[in-house]
Amino acid sequence: MIFLRRRLPLLITMITGLLFAGQYYVPHPASEWLLTSATKWLQIIGGFALVLGVTSLFHQHAVKIRRQEAGWGYSLVLYAGMLVTIAVGLWAGGKESLDGSMTAFGWIYSYMMVPLQGTMFAILAFFIASAAYRSFRARSREAAVLLIAAVIVMMGRVPLGEYLIPLSGDVSQWILNVLNASVRRAILIGVSLGTIALSLKIIFGVERSYLGGGKE
Amino acid sequence: MPQPVSVTDMDATILGAWMATGLTLFIFSFLYQDNPLFKLAEHLYVGVSVGYTIVKAYDTVIVHLIVKPIVEEGQIALLIPVAIGLLMLTRYVPRAAWMSRYAFAFIVGLGSGLAIPRTISSFVLKQVEDTIRPLLFQAGDGLTFSFNLLNPASSLNAVIILIGVSTVLFYFFFSIEHSGPGKIVARTGIVFLMIAFGAAFGYTVMARMSLLIGRLTDLIEFSDVSYGRPTWWLLMLTIAVLVLLARRVPNRPPDLH
Repeated sequence: MIFLRRRLPLLITMITGLLFAGQYYVPHPASEWLLTSATKWLQIIGGFALVLGVTSLFHQHAVKIRRQEAGWGYSLVLYAGMLVTIAVGLWAGGKESLDGSMTAFGWIYSYMMVPLQGTMFAILAFFIASAAYRSFRARSREAAVLLIAAVIVMMGRVPLGEYLIPLSGDVSQWILNVLNASVRRAILIGVSLGTIALSLKIIFGVERSYLGGGKE
Repeated sequence: MPQPVSVTDMDATILGAWMATGLTLFIFSFLYQDNPLFKLAEHLYVGVSVGYTIVKAYDTVIVHLIVKPIVEEGQIALLIPVAIGLLMLTRYVPRAAWMSRYAFAFIVGLGSGLAIPRTISSFVLKQVEDTIRPLLFQAGDGLTFSFNLLNPASSLNAVIILIGVSTVLFYFFFSIEHSGPGKIVARTGIVFLMIAFGAAFGYTVMARMSLLIGRLTDLIEFSDVSYGRPTWWLLMLTIAVLVLLARRVPNRPPDLH
C-alpha cells in the first residue's frame, strides 16, 4: 500500500519530469505533438483544480450563512452575485456578445465586473500615495535614491511632468530601459537558478511537500 | 446614417450606467472609512468574478477541450486528463484522498520537466548573452564606442547594464562576506536596486492613476442628463447613507473591566 500511496506518485513525478525535460531537446514532430497534448491536458486538469478552489469558497460562506455569523448578509450577496452570473453566463453560452449585440452576460461583465475591478485597483492609487507620504522621507542615501528615481519616473510618464522638467521623459526612459532592466535581469537570473534547483529536487524526490502530509 | 438604437439596448445602457456608477461610488466610499456600502460592492465583486471565471472555465475546458473533441472528433485519449482531474476531487473523500496525489504528481512533474530547459534557455543563457555584449561597434572604416545614453543598445549603456547585473547578483550572493572591495560592489548593487524599486514604484503609481482617471471619466460621462444623471443621484445617496451610519450610535458591549 505504501508503494501506491507514496512511491508511485514520486515515480510519476520523476517519469513525467524527465520525459518533458527531454522533450525540449528532441526536434521531431512527435515531440512537438507530445508538448501540444500535454499543454491541453494541463488546461483540462487545471479546470478540475478550479473546482477545488470554488468549493472551498462555497463552503466557507455557506458555513457563515448557516451559523448567521457577523456579516453573513454579505455572504448572501456574494452567493447571489455568483449564482446570477453563472446562470446568465450559461444561458448566453459563455458569450459576451451575439450577432453584434451585448448579451446579459456581457452586460454583467461591462457594467459590473469592469467598473468593480477598475475601481478596486484605482483606490490603490490613494493608498500608495498615502504610504509614500509616510515612508518616502530621505532618511538615508539609499532612500533618497529611491525617492528621486520614483519622482523622475512619475514626472516622465505625464505631459505635465515633461512640460515642467523637459528632460524627465528621456531620463525616465533611461532609468526604465537601462538601470531598471539590469536589476530585473539580475533578479530574473537568480530566480531562474532557484527554479531550476527546485525542479530538479522535485523530479528526484528530494522535495515532496506537494504530496501533502500524513503518515503514508 | 447612424443606426437607430433599440429601446432595449438603450434601457440596458442606462441601467448599466446606474449600476456601474453605484458600484464605483460604493467602492470609493472606502476612502472615507470601511462601511456597509463598500462591503456590499466588495462581496458582489468577488461573487461576480468567481461566477465569470466558472462560466469561462466551463466554456473553455468542459465544452471546447473535453466535450466537443471527444464527441465530435472522437479524441478518446482526452479521457485520461479527465480521469486525472477527477482524481483531484478524491480529496473530499478522506479514505480515498491519497489518490489525489497522482494528479498533483503528474502536474508538478510535468511543470518541473517543462521548466528546466526553458528556464535555462530563456531566463539564464539569453539574459547572460544580452548582458555581455560587444563594447565596440563597426562604424565606417573603424571601430567606435557609443556614448549615447538614450540608446539602450549603446556601448556606455552596455557597460552600465553589465555593472548593474553583476553587482546586484553579487549583493544576493551570501556565500562570502561583503567586506573590503566586496562591500563596495554590494553597495553599488544596493544603489541599482533602490533605483529599480523607485522606478517600479513610480510606474505602478502612474498605472493606478491611469485607472483612477478612467473611473472618473466614466463618472463624468454618467453625470449627463441622457443617462438620468446617475452620478449626482447616487453620490447624494452614498453621502446620505454614510452620514446616517456615522450618526448611528453603536451598541457597544458593557465594559467588563
